[in-house]
Amino acid sequence: MNLTTMLALIVSSTLTYSAPLIFTALGGTFSEHSGIVNVGLEGIMTIGAFASVVFNLTFAKDFGSMTPWLGLLVGGVAGLLFSILHAVATVSWRADHIISGTVLNLMAAPLGVFLIKAIYDKGQTDNISATFGYWNVPVLSNIPFIGKIFFQDTSAPAWLAIILAFVLAWVLYKTRFGLRLRSAGENPKAADTMGINVYKMRYTGVLISGFLGGIGGAVFAQAISANFSVSTIVGQGFMSLAALIFGKWNPIGAMLSSLFFGFAQSLSIIGAQLPGISALPSVYLQIAPYVLTIIVLVVFFGKAVAPAADGQNYIKSK
Amino acid sequence: MFKVDKKTKNILVPVVAVIAGLIVGALIMLAWGYDPVAAYSSLLSSALGNTNGIGETIRAATPLIFTAIGFQIASAAGFFNIGLSGQAQAGWLASIWVALAFKNLPGYIVLPMAIIAGVLAGAIIAGIAGVLRAYFGTNEVIVTIMMNYIVLYSCQYLMQVVMNKNLRVSTDATNNISNGSLRLDWLTNMFNGARINSGIFMALIALVAFWFLMKKTVAGFEIRSVGLNPFASRYAGMSDKKNIIVSMLLSGAFAGMGGVVQGLGTYLNYFTQTASLDIGFDGMSVALLGTGTAIGILLASLLFSILKIGGLGMQTLAGIPYEIVSIVIAAIIFFVGIRYVVELMFKDKKHNYDQPEKIAKISNNGVDGPAVKIGREGEV
Repeated sequence: MNLTTMLALIVSSTLTYSAPLIFTALGGTFSEHSGIVNVGLEGIMTIGAFASVVFNLTFAKDFGSMTPWLGLLVGGVAGLLFSILHAVATVSWRADHIISGTVLNLMAAPLGVFLIKAIYDKGQTDNISATFGYWNVPVLSNIPFIGKIFFQDTSAPAWLAIILAFVLAWVLYKTRFGLRLRSAGENPKAADTMGINVYKMRYTGVLISGFLGGIGGAVFAQAISANFSVSTIVGQGFMSLAALIFGKWNPIGAMLSSLFFGFAQSLSIIGAQLPGISALPSVYLQIAPYVLTIIVLVVFFGKAVAPAADGQNYIKSK
Repeated sequence: MFKVDKKTKNILVPVVAVIAGLIVGALIMLAWGYDPVAAYSSLLSSALGNTNGIGETIRAATPLIFTAIGFQIASAAGFFNIGLSGQAQAGWLASIWVALAFKNLPGYIVLPMAIIAGVLAGAIIAGIAGVLRAYFGTNEVIVTIMMNYIVLYSCQYLMQVVMNKNLRVSTDATNNISNGSLRLDWLTNMFNGARINSGIFMALIALVAFWFLMKKTVAGFEIRSVGLNPFASRYAGMSDKKNIIVSMLLSGAFAGMGGVVQGLGTYLNYFTQTASLDIGFDGMSVALLGTGTAIGILLASLLFSILKIGGLGMQTLAGIPYEIVSIVIAAIIFFVGIRYVVELMFKDKKHNYDQPEKIAKISNNGVDGPAVKIGREGEV
């Protein structure tokens, strides 16, 4: 294996595995900036994955190659609807954010499997036919060397996610809406005094995280697992959460650290093809993403600053 | 609106949550064309309708009591230990490994050794999260969940590669243990062959020990105090670092014990796990529903094991997917989580108009003397 193909393999599998994490971590960023901790990202991804797979299986013959992209929207909407539970519980009903988020995680997988059993009468779905597959970026893929590594046979959702990270960073830091959202998470009382509707901002933050988390799950299902079962989403939601903390609650930082976690995850898949790494027992590669998540948190958490009112319920005075 | 006093309210909230959760389950079943009445009645009859079912229900409650105590100790100190699954799994593998490796020793020596090994394994796994939290401020929610996956894959590796080949039947399961089992012949016979074992007696002792630890010892007082207000506790001379680590070690030890009874009592061997153990998240749910008291944990663990064991019968008898049970449990915890809304249904009963606490609740705007607001009908 020469250097170019090896690098191309690493980059493309890193991008493939990062895409779901980037979408989900971006969603989590908005939720946390509005002041709502969302540990339910894992469950939201599961629901997104479930909805997109069902949609894909049902409509692949009608929409052809557009199916996975429409599947993203379906997964996003499903995630958004599911996240309403978390939003209502934490914003309006004063629930503990961790407990409410954990309920989403407890609920998602059994709900998905229950519906799969109710619809298809079996424990996991068939494999979908219309997956994302590989994609060549127009024009850029013709650049010698770099084009081959980064833009040929690459993951389209990953590039979409990377562009989205810059757009959302602009929204969060340069628009009126972003300022209002952040103020609800930094100092809800002051924001309320200035006439900002804190509850509305927090609902919006959680629902954005539901939509993007659902898309993240849909990307994972339609680009990596290709079906839905109880073990489709195993820890990716928590990794996204770690990525946004590692990324210091900044959309671009969250995107970059998701790329890092995507790389760690892809190692266990492509490790066997890489010289040097293939000699290691496979268990090291399997646990690598999880161990790296912990190490990254230990090394960087102390220096990161969360939104000041993150995780605190805001109770409007009468 | 019902008027109740505070104590009754603490009991009513979980009761309402359970009823609401069952209703949510019924609605989902109705929406997909299943008959909820048939579901719940077949669930009840298979969990409690015969001695074997009752035995299995008690057997299923045993590990949940341990993991729930584990969750509650960490929770009292202000930590959310959702790594109970991994800690229990480590305890399970460690206890079986020891029991198999020392199978030539008499049972009364092997059993304590296996239990200690399992408890230590659980404590170490949780202790890692405790140390990281104490010294680096690392979020324990993420660390413990990541540890679940690390333990899941590592146990597989340990069993398949590190463990002596003679101790296992295949790469997927170990031998059955011959010495150090928790099964008791008279108990098995009494419940018609169910896998109920002496673990349940240990669980009951553990509940008493847990109550004593939290309510009557200095260690328990410090743990609760750090959980309520870490700053005040530090000011009072308690080490928050020490208490974080101690509470996580204790939490993991109990979770590990949950895995031990699963290994030495229920299955008598260790076999390949493809996902995190149920008893972890179920134990967390038990603790949340049981509002953290010993008696609450006991009742909640019995309720959830009725649902779990009955759910298996429901799937066979009524043909309804087993997952509905997990949905109901999640819904119950949701309603426990929004207890603020549930509490709106109940009004605080006013006992006595002249209670001095009432005065303290009014903001003190008076310059001289206490702020006393004269209400209607002599209300202070």
